Amino acid sequence: MYSKTVMDHFKKPRNVGTIENADAIGEVGNPLCGDMMTIYLKIEDEKIEDIKFQTFGCGAAIAVSSMLTEMAKGKTIEEAKNITNKDVAEALEGLPKNKLHCSNLGADALQLAIKDYEDRKSGKTKPEKVQDDKHEHGEGESCYCPYCDAEVEEGVSFCNSCQNELVQLK
Amino acid sequence: MKIINLDHLSASPILPEVQEAMIDTIRNNYGNPSSQHRLGDAAATALEAARESIAGLINCPVSKEIVFTSGGTESVNHAIKGVAFAKGEKGKHIITSNIEHSSVIRSLKRLKLFDYRVTSVSVDKYGMVDPTEIEEAITDDTILITIMHSNNEIGTIQPIKEIAKIAKAHKVLFHTDAVDSVGVIPVDVQDLGVDLLSFGSNVYYGPAGVGGLYIRRGTGIWPMFDGGVQENNKRAGTENLVGIVGMGKAAELAQRDMEKRIIHSRNLKEKLLRELPDYLDEYILNGHPEESLPNHVSVSIKYIEGESVVLMLDEEGIAVSTRSACAAGALRASHVLLSIGRDFADAQGTMVITFGVDNTEEDVSRFLNVLKETVISLREISPLYNRSAD
Repeated sequence: MYSKTVMDHFKKPRNVGTIENADAIGEVGNPLCGDMMTIYLKIEDEKIEDIKFQTFGCGAAIAVSSMLTEMAKGKTIEEAKNITNKDVAEALEGLPKNKLHCSNLGADALQLAIKDYEDRKSGKTKPEKVQDDKHEHGEGESCYCPYCDAEVEEGVSFCNSCQNELVQLK
Repeated sequence: MKIINLDHLSASPILPEVQEAMIDTIRNNYGNPSSQHRLGDAAATALEAARESIAGLINCPVSKEIVFTSGGTESVNHAIKGVAFAKGEKGKHIITSNIEHSSVIRSLKRLKLFDYRVTSVSVDKYGMVDPTEIEEAITDDTILITIMHSNNEIGTIQPIKEIAKIAKAHKVLFHTDAVDSVGVIPVDVQDLGVDLLSFGSNVYYGPAGVGGLYIRRGTGIWPMFDGGVQENNKRAGTENLVGIVGMGKAAELAQRDMEKRIIHSRNLKEKLLRELPDYLDEYILNGHPEESLPNHVSVSIKYIEGESVVLMLDEEGIAVSTRSACAAGALRASHVLLSIGRDFADAQGTMVITFGVDNTEEDVSRFLNVLKETVISLREISPLYNRSAD
């Protein structure tokens, strides 16, 4: 169900690990929505000299992390800011529709890491890790209906397309 | 590459004798069992012979009480909705448990749109239903109790006989989804005392796409399909004779070889559980330590995600299953694992192994070796693992 490129990055993920004394860290997701990703950056002269990741997640999430780090490595901060989730998914030759939410992790984590870098540079109180709550999925939330694959807004508890409830039976 | 199938609940091979019976039917017995001529007679004879084999397997006294369906899912839908529609005037309350198969959950969800009410009882940390809780949930308008015989995700076997007694005492119909039990462990409808029992065919090496529903004589139930008078007026549509013959043959073999198969599976399961600590740390075994399917093992591996495990094992030719939210197409962790107290992360890292007749002790050894490497490499990637090591 995955493209060759996805499987290649899943089987041989690039840039796995952490960076000691990283210049910036970005972390998104949590196990509730299925995956979680942390990005570490080493920056010199406004350029991403090194980038590492750690991901808890499915095959798509790991491949997205790996591809993202490949795309960001060597880029300037300004260039890296332009990397979108869509770019990563496209570089992977597409992802199954119900896995697109996994691809949202990648660029989000990178953008958070960049924000962390800029915050530190401007002397703002630097948190150990920047945590984004935007993609925490609460009760019944999903990007695509798990029953019929129709797009649903985050937070809805009923799929208008297939009439299924999006919460567990109580 | 030789495939090691440790995912028999998803797909089991069709045994050669079953294949032969099906091929013979395709070649020599294409009649419609409802026809009056000799082509029809031959088909009807084969159909009823298969029904007798199934009746033997589940110790059903009158084979007519068995209705052939397209598989476990249809059987469950038929049992639940068929009873709900037939008894809707009398009451609209149904009792179930928190760990049922999606065919049960979604059938009940559908009925809620028609004003049926559902009480879902909780389970203990082993996934066991407490019959007392079911008795307490019964009200004047309870029409049906539906509790699975054994659980597909954690293997726990429920106290069906006890629940059936309660149902009977309160004059409530009782259905059990026995899809993962029939043909694997002894299931006796008379001893259990159930009114309705759903079963499939593939778990005991028959073809997929065929199954059946036991309906005790006198049970008020509507058909799911309207049409002809096949299956004693309970399931319209020309029977899938090829599949049914295959299921009948598989039932016959399952009954004959059951003890042998149980011993075989149990040996592999015991080997796996005994040796697992040598290959893996920080894991949780799910399900009841004794009241469990002999061919079933469920393990939650900490810090990693199930789909990644499935994909990496697949690279080595080993097939296992997961109910990780990310793999199953749904974005939520398994309701069964959450119900027995796993947290989201551990539920995500759950792997299900189901043994079959084609597995050997060498398969278990190879699996353990590959699993060890897989878990090491996935934990290296995982932010959760490093965090806990800090």
